[in-house]
Amino acid sequence: MAGSTDSEHAAFLSALRAILPDDGLLTQSEDLHPYECDGLSVLRELPLAVVLPRHRNEVQAVLKICQQYGVAVVPRGAGTGLSGGARPSAGAIVLSLARLKQIRALDTSNRTAQVQPGVRNLAISEAARPMGLYYAPDPSSQIACTIGGNVAENSGGVHCLKYGLTVHNVLALEVLDASGERLEIGSQAPDSPGYDLLALMMGSEGLLGIVTECTLRLLPVPENTLVLLAAFASVVAAADAVSAIIAAGIIPAGLEMMDQLAIEAAEDFVHAGYPRDAAAILLCELDGTEAELQERLRAVEKLLQRQGATSIRIAADAETRLLLWKGRKAAFPAVGRLAPDYYCMDGTIPRKRLAEVLEQIAIWSAEYGLRVANVFHAGDGNLHPLILYDANVEEQLHAAEALGQRILELCVAVGGSITGEHGVGVEKLDSMCVQFTPAELAQMHRIKAAFDPEGRLNPGKAVPSLHRCAELGAMHVHHGQLPFPGLERF
Amino acid sequence: MDQRECLQEQVREAYQQSRPLQVQGAGTKSFYGRKTADAEPLLLREHQGIVDYEPSELFVTLRAGTSLQTLQEQLAEAGQMLPFEPPFFGAEATIGGTLACGFSGPRRPYAGSARDYVLGVHMLNGLGESLRFGGQVMKNVAGYDVSRLLVGSLGTLGVLLEVTLKVLPRPERELTLVHDTDMATAIVRMNQWAGQPLPLSASAWDGSHLYLRLSGTEKAVAAAQSKIGGAVLDENDGILFWKNLREHRHVFFQGTAALWRLAVAPATPPLALPGQTLIEWGGGQRWLRGQRDATALQALAAEHGGHATLFRGGDRSEEVFQPLPPALFALHQRLKNAFDPHGILNPGRLYAAL
Repeated sequence: MAGSTDSEHAAFLSALRAILPDDGLLTQSEDLHPYECDGLSVLRELPLAVVLPRHRNEVQAVLKICQQYGVAVVPRGAGTGLSGGARPSAGAIVLSLARLKQIRALDTSNRTAQVQPGVRNLAISEAARPMGLYYAPDPSSQIACTIGGNVAENSGGVHCLKYGLTVHNVLALEVLDASGERLEIGSQAPDSPGYDLLALMMGSEGLLGIVTECTLRLLPVPENTLVLLAAFASVVAAADAVSAIIAAGIIPAGLEMMDQLAIEAAEDFVHAGYPRDAAAILLCELDGTEAELQERLRAVEKLLQRQGATSIRIAADAETRLLLWKGRKAAFPAVGRLAPDYYCMDGTIPRKRLAEVLEQIAIWSAEYGLRVANVFHAGDGNLHPLILYDANVEEQLHAAEALGQRILELCVAVGGSITGEHGVGVEKLDSMCVQFTPAELAQMHRIKAAFDPEGRLNPGKAVPSLHRCAELGAMHVHHGQLPFPGLERF
Repeated sequence: MDQRECLQEQVREAYQQSRPLQVQGAGTKSFYGRKTADAEPLLLREHQGIVDYEPSELFVTLRAGTSLQTLQEQLAEAGQMLPFEPPFFGAEATIGGTLACGFSGPRRPYAGSARDYVLGVHMLNGLGESLRFGGQVMKNVAGYDVSRLLVGSLGTLGVLLEVTLKVLPRPERELTLVHDTDMATAIVRMNQWAGQPLPLSASAWDGSHLYLRLSGTEKAVAAAQSKIGGAVLDENDGILFWKNLREHRHVFFQGTAALWRLAVAPATPPLALPGQTLIEWGGGQRWLRGQRDATALQALAAEHGGHATLFRGGDRSEEVFQPLPPALFALHQRLKNAFDPHGILNPGRLYAAL
């Protein structure tokens, strides 16, 4: 509400108060503090107010009032995002969708779930389980993160190589645009008429509309699952093993890699029995019918041995399988115990470039004096370097950010992307200037304006202004056309 | 051959002169969409070639004019395939045209649609600007997903120059099972089996028989076969059956009568419609022939969560796709304007006012 008078401010809040329940509007500083950041806690800002509507009509009323008073809206799910996408902006309200948490319908015959945006990811699979169905995308934060947030970020998970991302598993959305106009996008039927707005909404970080309901595709729960743990003497050998498995025509349900620092941290934390002396481990999950699984298991085992695995462990029972996954899923908090703070990166790279990227990260790690642990969704090329630092030591946060920025530039340089699943948010705005040309960014701004002409939905996120990129002097790089990545840039 | 520069020049000029262009691949899908006034063609067909293919990375990057045939041959050599099994509708079909139409084939309900396998694009917008979105990696949330937005847009938002697709290994074994059954039972069975962890990869009901295709490892297919039962189609007959269905060469599609496509929630029971119906995609795609009352058909489809399309033939100067609600259509117009401010790219092909 930039430049508004006190009376306008009061009128705006009382308009909100009139349409929300007593506990649905927060304006006191002590109530606002829990909302000052999302999972990226270094970026904080207090909003003008927080609204907690209970259903679509209240969301719609809030949006209409915000339009009338020209107030910006920052949507928020569970606040587990890692790029500052739900960080409040000064003068904007935070629109929490947390109270829209009903599973409205489970349709067994069409295998779909109709849920409100505040439903937790894991709760959907739990509800569908008695029908032998589940919702496939399973980001590590699935116990807490909401489906609305998953849509905003196009979340993946450890099974997305085989079962896809959020974009592959959502059939329809009910969306309110910035003026509160209701749009139905997609349907239970295949291939809706007109433009594929469903795809455009996925990963749009709350800039194009507010999701008030989602129709999700459910899949049958696989008959059997098992996990192999293979240790390797080098990350190169582990990466080659991944390529060998895929080249053999096998698409595992999950394929994860961890480097030595991540292995040690996870082992200290959850005692999963990871081999501490390995330079890298691979976790490979296979699913299918019993007969199929035994066939696959033998093939994968043979491939891993041929690729120089120093040890292979097979978890066929649920308990051991969960323990092996627990180490991986707890990798972030585990690494978090190694240093007061860590900064989690989220680049993607073609897998064949993994070795050189890790080598370069190791060189920079030494140069900046910051340790880096690496966790890698090996099947889909999504690399999470975790940069360890201490915010209390002067300049370490700055150094961590600088190192992070270089890593992302390197990801773009080898043909990848600055973000695989965490989103741009506020955090990676500068890196966007590296990945996209001014014409591409301008196109994105025109898309935004088609949905939200006044620019009031999550302003200042996801797509940097051309001005910002020009000021930064960032150099746009493309794979193949890249100036040598090791060179200093000014 | 790389024709990027001259294509860009042509679009730029057309933009400056606000002169409409008709984007064209091999012309095998000119039957689809609305009939529009003749305009200067923008020929993509010579812009062909596979630029990058990494089987172990599961992606292929190719120019829009590359023929589907060439692509599939290359993929087959490495034991891979396009998982969405697109129809050709003509031997010369290009990948660009296939994606612009958003066509997928029999595997679609089980493996995903054309747009699901698009990872990145290089395109020209209506200003003639050369833009890249997405990339060669499977996960990428930097910027809006323009790559997938272009699929099915019939060339009205941009000219596809180059695309990166995710590819998958071909299944070790495929088997087609046949059940003699009525429509209602066929729909129920398709959906019951789709709710179980079975390696289904295609399904259809042709008026008297339910066809089910299984794809996977030898053992997985055998296990599913014993569960589902039914007569086994000879391997070659099976391949031919799905190919004919995909290419609309099945007897149901013969003749010149208008062809309607109803998309509905898959478990929708048989609809009260005169004439024969052919069902695909686990019940989600239903074909009809002949003159129909478009409004009534569209209302019926909408009642069951879907929409109706005049797919081939009939009066194509009218709308052929289901009209959108006013707010949604207004958004389409703003989006069109955001990509193509002078309205030069295939105007009227998707909707008359787009």
